[in-house]
Amino acid sequence: MNRVLPQVTGTPRILLGGLALAFLGIAVTFVLDPYRNYQLAIVAAYFCATAGLSVLVGLTGQLSLGHAALMAAGGYGYALAASLVDGMADGGPGTSGDEGTSVVRVLAGLAGAVVVSGVLGLLLGLAGARLRGPYLAGLTLALVIALPAVTAVLRGVLGGDQGLRAPYEDVPPALERLVALEQWHAWIAILAASVAATGLVLLRRSRAGLQMRAVHGDETAARLSGVPAGRVKVVAFVASAVSAGLGGAVLCLVTQSVSPGAYSLAFSLLLVVAAVVGGLGSLGGAAVGSAVVVLLPWLIESVTTALDLPADLQQRLSGNLAVLVFGALLVVVTLAWPGGAAGALAARRAARSQQPPLTER
Amino acid sequence: MMTTRSSAPPVPGPTPGTPTRPPCLEVDRLTVAFGGLTALDDVSFTVGAGETVALIGPNGAGKTTVFNAVCGLVRPRGGSIRLGGRPAPGSPTRLVAAGVARTLQGLGLFSGMTVLENVMVPLATGAAGTRGTHGDTPEDPEAAARATLDRLGLTSLVHRPVDALSYPDRKQVALARALVTRPSLLLLDEPAGGLGHDDIDRLAQTVRDVAADGCSVLLVEHHVDFVMGLADRVVVLDFGRVIACGPPDEVRADPAVETAYLGVSASREGRDGLGPAVDGQSISAEAAS
Amino acid sequence: MDRLVFLLATGVARGAVFALFALSLVIVWRAARVVNFAQGAMAVVAVFVAFGVTAATGSYWLGLGSALLTGAVLGVVVERGVMNHVPAGNPLPGMIVAIGLVMVLQSGLGMLFGPQHRPMAAPFDERPFQVGGVPVLSPYDVFVLVVAVVVMGVLALLFTRTSLGLQLRASAFAPEVSRLLGVRVPRMLTIGWVLSSAVAALAALLLVPTELGLNAHSADMLFVHAFTVAVVGGLDSPVGALLGGLVVGVLMTLVTGYLGATVAPVAVLVLLATVLLVRPAGIFAAIEARQA
Repeated sequence: MNRVLPQVTGTPRILLGGLALAFLGIAVTFVLDPYRNYQLAIVAAYFCATAGLSVLVGLTGQLSLGHAALMAAGGYGYALAASLVDGMADGGPGTSGDEGTSVVRVLAGLAGAVVVSGVLGLLLGLAGARLRGPYLAGLTLALVIALPAVTAVLRGVLGGDQGLRAPYEDVPPALERLVALEQWHAWIAILAASVAATGLVLLRRSRAGLQMRAVHGDETAARLSGVPAGRVKVVAFVASAVSAGLGGAVLCLVTQSVSPGAYSLAFSLLLVVAAVVGGLGSLGGAAVGSAVVVLLPWLIESVTTALDLPADLQQRLSGNLAVLVFGALLVVVTLAWPGGAAGALAARRAARSQQPPLTER
Repeated sequence: MMTTRSSAPPVPGPTPGTPTRPPCLEVDRLTVAFGGLTALDDVSFTVGAGETVALIGPNGAGKTTVFNAVCGLVRPRGGSIRLGGRPAPGSPTRLVAAGVARTLQGLGLFSGMTVLENVMVPLATGAAGTRGTHGDTPEDPEAAARATLDRLGLTSLVHRPVDALSYPDRKQVALARALVTRPSLLLLDEPAGGLGHDDIDRLAQTVRDVAADGCSVLLVEHHVDFVMGLADRVVVLDFGRVIACGPPDEVRADPAVETAYLGVSASREGRDGLGPAVDGQSISAEAAS
Repeated sequence: MDRLVFLLATGVARGAVFALFALSLVIVWRAARVVNFAQGAMAVVAVFVAFGVTAATGSYWLGLGSALLTGAVLGVVVERGVMNHVPAGNPLPGMIVAIGLVMVLQSGLGMLFGPQHRPMAAPFDERPFQVGGVPVLSPYDVFVLVVAVVVMGVLALLFTRTSLGLQLRASAFAPEVSRLLGVRVPRMLTIGWVLSSAVAALAALLLVPTELGLNAHSADMLFVHAFTVAVVGGLDSPVGALLGGLVVGVLMTLVTGYLGATVAPVAVLVLLATVLLVRPAGIFAAIEARQA
């Protein structure tokens, strides 16, 4: 970005960068078919959560095993808020019709997602982030495992295993000729992802980000330098929770539903894989990781179907094979390339820039 | 004035003609215990405004524990600590606002960050300068950090990752990080450890400059020559107790101090102490806290 | 009242299993300074082996033995093959690698055995004894209690009275000094993992017959329960694991008994969050442990 507009630095540059990426993403949707656009929307949703998790772990060293539950919180927040607005609008619930109502619903839903995931993030952060070590990880693990039970206990509001439905958002009449449904949803997803990414980058570069990195570097020295370590870690956790909540809201909008089954422990671990493989702390890495985590299972599924295996074996492999690969990937990447894809790329660049100028290529 | 095996705090009298300021640091009957082990027993001393005081003693005497207590990193079992006349904040995060800065034996630099970023951290909260005697709030953290780094000769290293620096340079960065908040009390934990002669001379000059600005300095050191040349007063700890306190020359000649360092009694045989009789090289071993 | 007595008694039996599993977490924490998030998955592998052996030979005891053996072997394999290569000093890579292991093990079991829950037969009757007309403990519960107490006693003796135990504690507490004194620290580390893994396998094996059935995810809740025990009692404290296990076991059984099984995971979560929010030092543990 800076090569294009070198005089623009700091916050404006980041905002411009976010906008540019959003436009790029929107442009891409025109060349993709509907199913690919749907996948793009899913990847963008995963990206929101992965980016939040990656920044959390990379910046403050806190591991969350329950980010799927935070996405779920965002999803439920979206469904509840959007349905509420829908119920209040004229003409009753369900169909969109009025473009204005659609926008209001979506915005209300996103606000609801931010609030619910933010509050949950705050509670978790207060409980676990002040301590060092594995306690936050264990707490978030307990949360994601308990999610189905939570929705069952709060069946009245959260709908138990069935979950909740969210209003269907059709393409606004003005754009109906230009844009297909999946493309429209992809646009919303991309915008949400840009907002999340921009927010996270701004956080990383801010004073708060500096304090977070200090706490991660040496917590005692950070406290002696005046950094309120506990508070800083909680802020980081809340930021990552809200980012995940946005992702959950997008998923809810695209699928028109949210249920505990969609946000399992396996999903949470998948987010960890995406963050680690991409490179902890790197947003570009988070994008790569999210793509891998969405596309690889689909790829594996296609391969196993093509192999024409007996149905029982097929059933057993489905899902499990992908998880096996991801688990192995997690172990191998952590041991061999701790910086993930982003780290490997940075190392290559550094090595290249240090090559003696006499070398001709 | 020298006291042996006494716990009466020797308070320096006010210089005639100047207004009395409360002592920068008052440690009164401080006792710290870890489980069954008494690390500090009834320790008392003061650091006056603008004074440089050295805290010396054999390994395991409790010097770093004193620092940890002042910084709120350990809770004392008894006694009190006052900073500038007020009770010391019990929490390390409030030290910067109270005008206190400390270096750590292990340096505690923030890995993964550059030199400049490391030095900017204490200014990130904006608490620096709110209570210190040199109290103008730095407007621009980056400018203040760069100024401090320039002062310590680290200008060329400003954007280097701190993990890639040599040990003496890392020590300078740690010192810069402490000085950037313009503290009124500087706690230096073995600043000369692991440094060569030139670096030690440079360090001594820096400490003198800082003291000349009016900052009080309390330093823990093994390097006796370095300390004797720099300190207004020396406090000697052994086994968690103050065994001597006074100007460097008097302490040097105190037989109790010699005994503690040279290990005359059988129970201290083989300990890694050093004293004036030993060639005054520093040993940068990690002192037990 | 009858119900209360029954629930309390069952809670104690359940708590003994939690305490045993938590103890395995304490052992590996003290030996390797790592919370082994893969403990549950490793234990389930051992239980599957036991299931197979019992099915093949008809003997529960052979199954039990093979579970312990599998646990021990897994401990060696995981420690030497994986954990050994994790950079020390930072707890994060160890946790992430353990998560990776969980995924590999659980998906592997899923691929081999499918998703169904296989009911496991207990070696003793699971219907409760009646004391004065009041159902109290079943023979199986008594068996579980006896085994748990015996194992905890043996471990206590091992750690406090034997030379091996002394070496284990020394290498965990001060590895460099122990090395200088002739203790084979790497071997002690492996032994710590072996003990921990075997004990976890035993705990899981004791638990599964009382659950719906054996499947790849059987130990997920057990891990969460044991982790909660560790939080309540302190990761560093074996006595804390014991007391914490009883507390959590009784509490969970009461919740399940009066509010239903669906509520149980929520109750654990609430308990965990409450303890962390209100008494982060843990109810029984020393404050230093929490900040480490």
